[in-house]
Amino acid sequence: MTAPENARRDSPWMFRTYSGHSSARASNELYRTNLSKGQTGLSVAFDLPTQTGYDSDHPLARGEVGKVGVPISHVDDMTALFKELPLEKMNTSMTINANAAWLLALYVATAERTGADPKKLQGTTQNDIVKEYLSRGTYIFPPEASLKLISDIVAYTVDSIPKWNPTNICSYHLQEAGATPVQEIAYALATAISVLDLVRSREDVPEAAIPRIVGRISFFLNSGIRFIEEICKVRAMAELWDEITLERYGVQDAKLRRFRYGVQVNSLGLTEAQPENNVIRIVLEALGVTLSKNARCRALQLPAWNEALGLPRPWDQQWSLRIQQILAFESDLLEHEDIFDGSHVIVEKTGELKQAARRELDVVLEMGGTVAAIENAYMKQRLVESQTARARAIEDAEITVVGVNAYTNAEPSPLMDGQWILKVDESAEQEQVERLVEFRSKRNRADVESAVQNLDDVLRNGGNIMPASIRAAHAGVTTGEWADVLRSLYGEFRAPTGVVATEGSGGSQATANTRDRVHRLADTLGRPLKILIGKPGLDGHSNGAEQIAVKARNVGMEVVYDGIRLEPGEIAASARDEGVHLVGLSILSGSHCVLVIDVLDKLRELGLGDLPVVVGGIIPEEDANKLCQAGVRRVYTPKDFDLTRIMSDIVDVVEEPSPAA
Amino acid sequence: MLDRETPFPGAARIGLTGAPGAGKSTLLDALVRELRPKGETVAIVAVDPSSRTTGGALLGDRVRVRSGASDPGVFIRSMAARDQLGGLAESAWSAVVILAAAFDRVFVETVGVGQSESDVAALVDTLVYVATPGTGDALQFMKAGILEYPDVFIVNKADFGAAAKRTASELRGSINLGDRGVSHTEAAVILTSASAGEGIDELVSAIDAHRQKLIDDDALRERRLRGREIQLLGALERRYGAFGIEQFGGRRALREHVRQDDSVSAFALLARLGLEIEEALRKSH
Ligand code: B12
Ligand SMILES: Nc1nc2c(ncn2[C@@H]2O[C@H](COP(=O)(O)OP(=O)(O)OP(=O)(O)O)[C@@H](O)[C@H]2O)c(=O)[nH]1
Ligand SMILES: [Mg+2]
Repeated sequence: MTAPENARRDSPWMFRTYSGHSSARASNELYRTNLSKGQTGLSVAFDLPTQTGYDSDHPLARGEVGKVGVPISHVDDMTALFKELPLEKMNTSMTINANAAWLLALYVATAERTGADPKKLQGTTQNDIVKEYLSRGTYIFPPEASLKLISDIVAYTVDSIPKWNPTNICSYHLQEAGATPVQEIAYALATAISVLDLVRSREDVPEAAIPRIVGRISFFLNSGIRFIEEICKVRAMAELWDEITLERYGVQDAKLRRFRYGVQVNSLGLTEAQPENNVIRIVLEALGVTLSKNARCRALQLPAWNEALGLPRPWDQQWSLRIQQILAFESDLLEHEDIFDGSHVIVEKTGELKQAARRELDVVLEMGGTVAAIENAYMKQRLVESQTARARAIEDAEITVVGVNAYTNAEPSPLMDGQWILKVDESAEQEQVERLVEFRSKRNRADVESAVQNLDDVLRNGGNIMPASIRAAHAGVTTGEWADVLRSLYGEFRAPTGVVATEGSGGSQATANTRDRVHRLADTLGRPLKILIGKPGLDGHSNGAEQIAVKARNVGMEVVYDGIRLEPGEIAASARDEGVHLVGLSILSGSHCVLVIDVLDKLRELGLGDLPVVVGGIIPEEDANKLCQAGVRRVYTPKDFDLTRIMSDIVDVVEEPSPAA
Repeated sequence: MLDRETPFPGAARIGLTGAPGAGKSTLLDALVRELRPKGETVAIVAVDPSSRTTGGALLGDRVRVRSGASDPGVFIRSMAARDQLGGLAESAWSAVVILAAAFDRVFVETVGVGQSESDVAALVDTLVYVATPGTGDALQFMKAGILEYPDVFIVNKADFGAAAKRTASELRGSINLGDRGVSHTEAAVILTSASAGEGIDELVSAIDAHRQKLIDDDALRERRLRGREIQLLGALERRYGAFGIEQFGGRRALREHVRQDDSVSAFALLARLGLEIEEALRKSH
């Protein structure tokens, strides 16, 4: 069916695909192909070393370079990433946070080098640190210092790069970490308030600039499978934002109070089992943020059908892009006024969410705002609780997940013939390191040193980080060097895990049975079964580790869990000191082969070669086999959603005689 | 296991107690950073409450000590306090005794819940109480019953400024009001900012000064003996019950035994007294 000739169509949202891998050059090629397929904006994924402020040859970068994003260590990398792309015309979204100032500085320096006018640059730095502590994990510095950096970028861009969105307040990641819609709204708005309050208190920001600054704040939301509730969530957020910006910041111009947001739809609910079903989930979730004209997203990126299996290939991403194109160009979605105006159902639900979110927002504000609510772990604990409730509901089949806890009988998927995920070229790391070493040897030492000194001086005097960073970018300072200056000034931060010993002994009969087994095993062992959950490497995916920790405690184990981003050596030492009976590693970043083997080696060095080790995460089957051959006792993946069964399996492992090494 | 304890006075045993979130772990991290460069080795025993219904426990997050993760001069063991309600694990005691033989300093971190202070006090040479700004006025400190045992008081999060100073003076006031032994009247109140690493050297000096005073007054040996007595009696009582103790001749007789044999290692003594009680129990049948 075709649209009537005269139908007035709204222009569609921006189509984005979050991507980047291997190297700047490979990613540049990918971007150019994507743009030629009708994608209208770029969304850059950086690798974990870049996101956490390490050069590609740092020991912590081992196994991670170019894996989940593009490595950018210096201005030449950035220049290669945007080769032959018209920067003045591009709209570039960069998922970068703790060191957003640095990557933006590299982008500006690239523009200046290639003759583009920085004033004309358009795009977004994600630059929201709060959700890093709560969910995403790529934080570096303590909360207060990090917020100061955010406010620097806001203060700088408002005049120097006026079309830039300096910060993109994210609720997306909160939902991925378990947040309910109310928590998503409340914590994201609390974050926006922390940033704006701080910006307003700066001496270099005139009161008159506040409305304009408010107008540049954008959001990044999630959209889950309960898509009607999601429509209401977005409407609630837009109304609350309108109220807050008027009441708290006195913004009179309604246009500057508009709630502008982009979306990545929910990925947490995408399943490993029957992965083809994910496409249907993605379509429904996309509806949640496009159906309502008054609350429509500005930009949308969709995950791929193979989300829970590994990284998507270009074809997988193309399929998701086609979803957007069909929605926007084939359907009549863009031809109507807001189809929900006047719906009392939507109005009521929206009102409920608004009210509950206001209450939760007040709780955080009364506590002293997001900095306090991060340090005392309040928000993180609420998220872990919600995630625990969700995990239990799936296990007990209180919520239906098709293909997982219902309708599990299925034909084999023809999509899973042969190769079905992207394999990152293993030589990418080596090549990147070689380029880096060469770059370092070619730069002017004196320039680098004076730029680093200048950065340090400016920060010590409380100045704005941007100009000094741009100078450093031109001088050839590297990502790691820039971050080291800040590390030594601000220190590093470890966020609370949010996994607390709240009383919780309930659960199914199966849980009770497992608890009995754990207690009986304690009698044999002479003390309670004690396990260590470790997250080696730079991977920030904590949901799995948290849920395993909570469940293990629930069945009566003593659980040591120290949070994300530990070195293999730290984990092994901790296993020894703590005298645990089993080590469980959780790795979702794709660098499991390197990291698990490292931990096994370190354990052996400490004389703990017999200590059973199990591993969980996104582990393709062939890698799982490799790991088992290396001595790992069990490997779990998302399809093992039954946590109780995993626990009883762990008891088996501890009871099994160790396979003679 | 160890036959004999290390020569007296051996490692400094230091307790850190205070409300959840007071900053005890962050302080330990700062202490490790302060002490390690001076060549001192440090062991940390972190005691967390376990769930009464499931017996399970979540450990670790409280130990935010990163400075020494792969340094053999730092050892961290977390354990659940499963023996007594809110109290210390018997295993904490064994851990302290064992670690004291191998490290220069042994720290014990526990969440203060009023009555557990006396337990930690019996375990260490110096007990440090960690308060935070705005946690209470003089009356509340007294009511909470936290003033009796600690030897050193600190107000952490001094970066909160005036509020921290206020709490420190409240605390100073209540210490003097409190019914404390003479040796306690000059208990220090120190301001620290664990996250900024401020006041840590002062804290170390205060801990060392307290211990030195105990040694000078010839009181450390007595404190250790008392601690050992409490722990041994507690352990025997948990194992053999009041009835067992009775068969042996009651608490007083036991205490005397413990006192007399102060040259024997605690574990050997525990084993021996255990055997004697079992013997007595057998005879009573
Ligand atoms: C949620 C999520 C996030 C959240 C994480 C929130 C959090 N705090 O955990 C957010 C949005 C922050 C996030 C961010 C990123 N993500 Co992500 N994320 C996911 C997603 C959708 C679900 C993971 C999850 O939490 N599942 C729920 C938990 C409970 O399941 P689980 O961890 O698998 O655990 C189960 C089993 O594996 C097992 N298990 C796991 N650990 C352990 C440990 C033990 C001891 C045991 C016994 C069992 C066990 O038991 C659990 C029970 O079922 C997956 C895709 C997917 N659907 O799986 C991608 C995914 C893991 N993410 C991915 C990527 C690339 C990223 C980013 C690196 C992107 C980027 N370039 O910036 C970022 C950065 C994150 C970082 N700092 O490392 C990739 C990894 C690719 C790869 N491995 O090759 C995936 C696979 C998506 C994809 N296809 O591209 N992500
Ligand atoms: N502002 C400030 N925050 C601090 C200071 N010391 C610790 N904190 C913060 O207080 C919170 C709790 O610190 P912890 O060290 O975990 O406290 P704890 O007493 O060990 O807590 P529990 O083990 O849970 O009882 C963390 O967010 C720390 O970063 C300090 O001196 N100043
Ligand atoms: Mg602690």
